[in-house]
Amino acid sequence: MVRCFLIHTVCPVSALGAGESRLLYSRLFGPDEGIFSDRERGLSPEERRLVQKERVAVVARQVRSAVSLSREASARVLGETVPGEEALALQEADSGVVRLRAGDPFSEEMSALWLGVQSLGFTLVCEPHENLLLAESTLRNLARHCLEHLHMLGQGSEVLLRSNRVDALLSRLLPHGQLLFLNHRFAQALEKEVAAYMAK
Amino acid sequence: MYSHGADSLIKQARDIQESELQKFYSRLVKLLQGKELGHEAVDSLQRLHLILSATKYTRTLPPELQKRVQSLLSSPKEHFQVLSSAVLRETLPLSGQEGNYNQENISQLNTHAAALLLSQAGSRADLSSLCAQLLRSLESRQSEGPAHSLTHTLPILNTILTLSPECLTADHVTLLSKKLVDWLRYASITQGGGASSGGFFTGPRSRQPVPTAELDGAVSGDFFTVLCVGQGFTEDQWMNVYSFSMLRHWLLTYHSVSSGNGTADIDDRSEVDGSVVSMVSATSSSGRLLPPKERLREKSFQYCLRLIEQSDRKAHKKTDTDLQKACLVEAVCILDCVCEEDASLVFRAFPCIKALFGRLSSDLSFARVLLPIAQFYLNHGEMAAVDCESVWKLVFGRFPAELFNDHFLAHELLRFLRLNLKSLQHRVPQYTRSFPNLLKFLAWDSPAVVDDFVDLLPSLVTAGTAVELLHTLLDLPCLSATLVLQVRSTCLPISEPGGRGLQSPDAYRNPSFRGLFLFLLRGDAGSGDTIDRLSTLHELLAETADWPRVVQCAQTVPLLLHIFFNTVITGADEKLLSHLILVMLERSSLLLNIPEYSKEIHRVFSSHLLRFCKLRPSLVVDQSHELLEFAGATANVYSKEEIYTHVVWVLGEYLSVSCDSRCSVGLITSCFEALEAVLFEITSSVPPPGADCPAPRVITTLMSTLAKLASRSHDLIPRVSLFLSKLRTLTRGGSVAWCSDEEDLVAIVTRGEELWSLLKAPGVAQSVLTPPPHVTTPQWHRDTNVAMPLRLRALTSLTHSQ
Repeated sequence: MVRCFLIHTVCPVSALGAGESRLLYSRLFGPDEGIFSDRERGLSPEERRLVQKERVAVVARQVRSAVSLSREASARVLGETVPGEEALALQEADSGVVRLRAGDPFSEEMSALWLGVQSLGFTLVCEPHENLLLAESTLRNLARHCLEHLHMLGQGSEVLLRSNRVDALLSRLLPHGQLLFLNHRFAQALEKEVAAYMAK
Repeated sequence: MYSHGADSLIKQARDIQESELQKFYSRLVKLLQGKELGHEAVDSLQRLHLILSATKYTRTLPPELQKRVQSLLSSPKEHFQVLSSAVLRETLPLSGQEGNYNQENISQLNTHAAALLLSQAGSRADLSSLCAQLLRSLESRQSEGPAHSLTHTLPILNTILTLSPECLTADHVTLLSKKLVDWLRYASITQGGGASSGGFFTGPRSRQPVPTAELDGAVSGDFFTVLCVGQGFTEDQWMNVYSFSMLRHWLLTYHSVSSGNGTADIDDRSEVDGSVVSMVSATSSSGRLLPPKERLREKSFQYCLRLIEQSDRKAHKKTDTDLQKACLVEAVCILDCVCEEDASLVFRAFPCIKALFGRLSSDLSFARVLLPIAQFYLNHGEMAAVDCESVWKLVFGRFPAELFNDHFLAHELLRFLRLNLKSLQHRVPQYTRSFPNLLKFLAWDSPAVVDDFVDLLPSLVTAGTAVELLHTLLDLPCLSATLVLQVRSTCLPISEPGGRGLQSPDAYRNPSFRGLFLFLLRGDAGSGDTIDRLSTLHELLAETADWPRVVQCAQTVPLLLHIFFNTVITGADEKLLSHLILVMLERSSLLLNIPEYSKEIHRVFSSHLLRFCKLRPSLVVDQSHELLEFAGATANVYSKEEIYTHVVWVLGEYLSVSCDSRCSVGLITSCFEALEAVLFEITSSVPPPGADCPAPRVITTLMSTLAKLASRSHDLIPRVSLFLSKLRTLTRGGSVAWCSDEEDLVAIVTRGEELWSLLKAPGVAQSVLTPPPHVTTPQWHRDTNVAMPLRLRALTSLTHSQ
């Protein structure tokens, strides 16, 4: 099961401190894991939401630092692609996986897969025993759709103003955090539905 | 991509004034009261979502607005379902509305409303009732509604199963197992969605059912799986996909559901039934005699075998080829899982797995598929008496050596090692010898995998290979540089036109230096601790010291050394410890010249040298020759100050008869003379060009050590006293060439005076500077000789002697 899907910055942001990451989209799947832990059971719903937001922020920060270290080591020069070159941007994207230890921040160990497309990162946090090959291709697919449907290579902020499109996309390709084994025909059928949603 | 505009939008949303917010709320309420909701409503709801989600502090909506938004959950237009679910997830449920998980119509909820319900669940009880409702709806199979109305049921159940398996009961398990069998094995094998066999004419004549196809275009000859394609799909084919997607997790977790008393008996019975049946016949018709869980296992088994066969076909599209790989991984994992539960299946599964291994083992692009196969061999190989040598050769040989730069493989391989550590140490002897290969993952991408090595390194430390491991760890940055050179030389042409004048690529290709690099790139331990021409290697790689990968690697080495030494010390094998001390002394000057690297390593060495000697004081006498050689070289004061200080200190502390009876007067005298010579030299001359003045700590340590040694051999006391008084005279003149700070000088001189006056009474000096063990490790109440209770008892018995 995928625990969450995030879209966040992986480049320095002037308004934030070094190493901080701005979250543009975050979606947690399933019930809050706090209701099962003795420590967090007594929390009020507001406190629970706060803890969830903090958790997600921790993941974003860790991925941000992993991305910058990886880019530093491989001495990548980030190309500037323009809208229309989504396929190229995706091809040039770097990817990796971060091991999140138990307790930091989820109660159990998790694997955070990331895909860095220039200044933004797409992150999928899943249980470590999940099929990471499938998770990787799902992540790429999600990123491709987000780049295209939200015109993310441009200067606009559609990812903030049209987050419902990402929700709809996730409800088809990653329903409730479930990774799906979709061959190209099944994927086409789902993508048609997504396209129909986006057109309205 | 990320613009200033986006940043300011978030800031605006966060900092919105309360009055403006209330105006916005009332505008929105009015908007939602209209009959036809259009684009404006969508945009406004979206803005509301942004305002709510931009801050981590929860905002509550006015009840009127919240009720309106809630009613949109069941709107016919999906946009409103999505937005209302998203908005309500970011705020609190209305008081009195939460925990409404016992509604009758839960099964009618669309997927977005269900997501909201899941996220608002406050307890296990909520989830249990949600679970029960969903399963009831599966049972009754309401077939009206769009094709996907049932499909979100399985993902939701999987979510609940992940976080709280106890929400399902044994009956639920039975029910769902039965359903899964139906969908997995008996989905229709004709194309759905009104596919016709051809042409323009779509009249009833051409509405013949068309069979589904395989990925390479051939017609499907067997039951439907995720690797079958068609123009359209029927509902049960969709459920086939959703079922397979959660199958592994289901098989892993369904035992941890809350089981009633009956299941234990049922399991026992069916184990016997199942194993007898599957050994007798391999046909699927026998499955009908089995209870649901066992039947599911059998069908899953068949499904996986079919997937493995289907993955051999050449798919037309790249996404399908990728899917085939993912399916292979999943199939092998599921086979592993069912074989764990029913050992008799191992004999049926192994031929297939073996054939798969044979097919894939020479193709490195399938490396990630070969890992689950290795897991299968590890779990069941012994039982099936299969030779696993070739598997381990791949996992510990080719994969790290050739695929060290594949992040995902590294992650999965290291995870495999972590999870199976005990098993591997027990069954795979080459594991502990394979560290030169495994460390390649670390040398290439330290930040990503250092965490894994923190967990794995202790298991790689063995008495036989510890010394070689230490050398390898110290030269990890060199390995890092070598791997970069290796990758570059395979990617770039031999002669780089107008290359940046780098020396290292040429050195890498130079045959006379080949041996050096080949040693670093070796796969197994055991061919020698290190090489003679290490300094040559360091010179060749000197220019790589600022390469980012090398620097990142160097930053992880001190941590790993700490773990290494901590592991070694628990074994406390004295021979090994003394050998390691020698290595530390030798390597302290033989490190790749990266800024700060030597300093950090010296710091690690110093702290562990201290620990070793504290644990086994006789080590100092053992290695006195080498330690003296080190301490007697004045150059070491300037270039290796930290280690030097500690070596002198341990000599002072532990070179005594009370620590080791082999310590002779002659030894103490020769040590004294060596250190005295160094102290003379550094306090009577200017530091060599390029070096700083020695730190006061070095000088005071030398003085203290000399005093300690003198207190054990009283003939030496006059010599020390003479030196100390001379020092006082010399420094009376003011500044000296070997100490730049006046305060430091004062401290040194004060120390000298203290020692001088202490040495005036040799007996006192001896007990202060070489205290007997019972003073340094007092027992207090643990020592029966001084124990208070004993004394009291003695006194009491004396006073009550009658």
